[in-house]
Amino acid sequence: MGPQTLSQVLRHLPPIQDANLLVGLDKSDDAAVYKLGPDLALIQTVDFFTPVVDDPYLFGQIAAANALSDVYAMGGRPLLALNIVCYPSCLPPEILGAILRGGADKVIEAGAVIAGGHTVQDDEPKYGLAVAGLVHPDRIFTNAGARPGDRLVLTKPLGTGIINTGIKARLVSEEAAQKAVETMAGLNRGAARAMAEAGAHACTDITGFGLLGHAAEMAEASGISLAINWASVPLLPETMDTAALGLIPGGAYSNRDYLGDRVSFAGGITPTQQAVLFDPQTSGGLLIAVGEERLGLLLDLLQRSGIDAAVIGRVLPVAGAQIAVTV
Amino acid sequence: MSNITILDCRGLACPQPVLKTKGELDRPGAGKLQVIVDNPTARENVTLLARNLGHQVEAEERGGLHYINITRAGAAGAGANISVQETAPARAASTSAVDTVYFITTSTLGQGSPDLGQVLMKSLFVTLAEQPAPAAILLLNTGVHLALEGSPVLEFLARLAEGGAEVLACGTCLDYYRVREKLALGAVSNMYEIHSRLDRAAKVITVA
Repeated sequence: MGPQTLSQVLRHLPPIQDANLLVGLDKSDDAAVYKLGPDLALIQTVDFFTPVVDDPYLFGQIAAANALSDVYAMGGRPLLALNIVCYPSCLPPEILGAILRGGADKVIEAGAVIAGGHTVQDDEPKYGLAVAGLVHPDRIFTNAGARPGDRLVLTKPLGTGIINTGIKARLVSEEAAQKAVETMAGLNRGAARAMAEAGAHACTDITGFGLLGHAAEMAEASGISLAINWASVPLLPETMDTAALGLIPGGAYSNRDYLGDRVSFAGGITPTQQAVLFDPQTSGGLLIAVGEERLGLLLDLLQRSGIDAAVIGRVLPVAGAQIAVTV
Repeated sequence: MSNITILDCRGLACPQPVLKTKGELDRPGAGKLQVIVDNPTARENVTLLARNLGHQVEAEERGGLHYINITRAGAAGAGANISVQETAPARAASTSAVDTVYFITTSTLGQGSPDLGQVLMKSLFVTLAEQPAPAAILLLNTGVHLALEGSPVLEFLARLAEGGAEVLACGTCLDYYRVREKLALGAVSNMYEIHSRLDRAAKVITVA
């Protein structure tokens, strides 16, 4: 669902008064966090979607990596996962088996366990996980901690929505498609560890609202504004070529319309480049705000985990949650 | 008479409208193309495609449908001589800078001493910055150095960008010289985009 519709629906929910709910709906964060004791908090999240790739095993892996990512984005470690499955009766059960195997393998890779799940008959297959994780209450990473002067680090390249659209149009090379799948199926575990060790200030993962949508949520929750440098934003191979052909998912335009004039683009940023920054991501990377003095350490730790991260902008000492995109 | 092809893409799921439009625009020929789509995403995407291919696009919504009217680049010359003769002198006089693209493949101007070449390049940019900005400045090979931090022409390039010039730096070249992080101005681009700017320019000035 687009951010516009979602925020309208959520507005009508009753406010929650519970001192133990450390992170709830109000901050538009990645997952809920509930304090269980002085040194333990529970992270709870759920995420599922329709297939983004043809291969059922890979789809299972991607959906699981995507669901687990919300726990990593909060600085936690995943503990327990439950499958959520919608599946048509007309498709062979072997395909569902492959989806679940992909998901289970990814959960094992994350060091968590799958303890069951729930299936519903539906016209279109959907898969994902409800994930519970743990975190120390003093070491929670929210999107609300960004401080003026912080640098912004992105841990995966952008473009999965555009490349997936390009794959449907058969206008993306096999190599580029493969690279997109690897990126989507990759866990954010190493990135989360690096950010915790480096003592970063804030984090969110980049998913359906695109880089600019999730950046805007961080700006809003932190009470600051952000500058993002287009030239530094890492892209999946063939993203620009594919976007230039108009192979852009509708979600990118919903994200753009929702953010409206909160985002300003420097002259010279083309409509195609703008669409890339609004592109909804599947299992995207972490967007991390880190103090300038810890930036080197963070980049070093990320590199040692084999993560190709990029410094894409900075936090501005300006209220109003504006995002300025520079050339 | 005007020659309009109509492409009815109602009821087609994305990315079909884009693919059909691309197929039509890839065919040699002139004339106008009208694409009819039934959702805003298809309208945005077909418009983006056609503009990126260098064509003129106007879109309108009527009765829940989107009509995207595409005038192909160079189509005016095919069957309407009179209108071309009427508009050509006016365009040439008033929009010479707007339709001009600078294609710069070197960081120094001319053959000979590199020091002199650098002085001459700066002098060129000083001059350029005093004129109306061109449509685009495309930086290739060592030309990408002009847009890096510490470049002697950076302030003039910035003035041109503020004046509306699109500055594109070749990403392959930035990577080859390992200077992508130092890019201070302009967008990292690729050959597809650079070629599309050259292709649709009324005048290309190459500085090699």
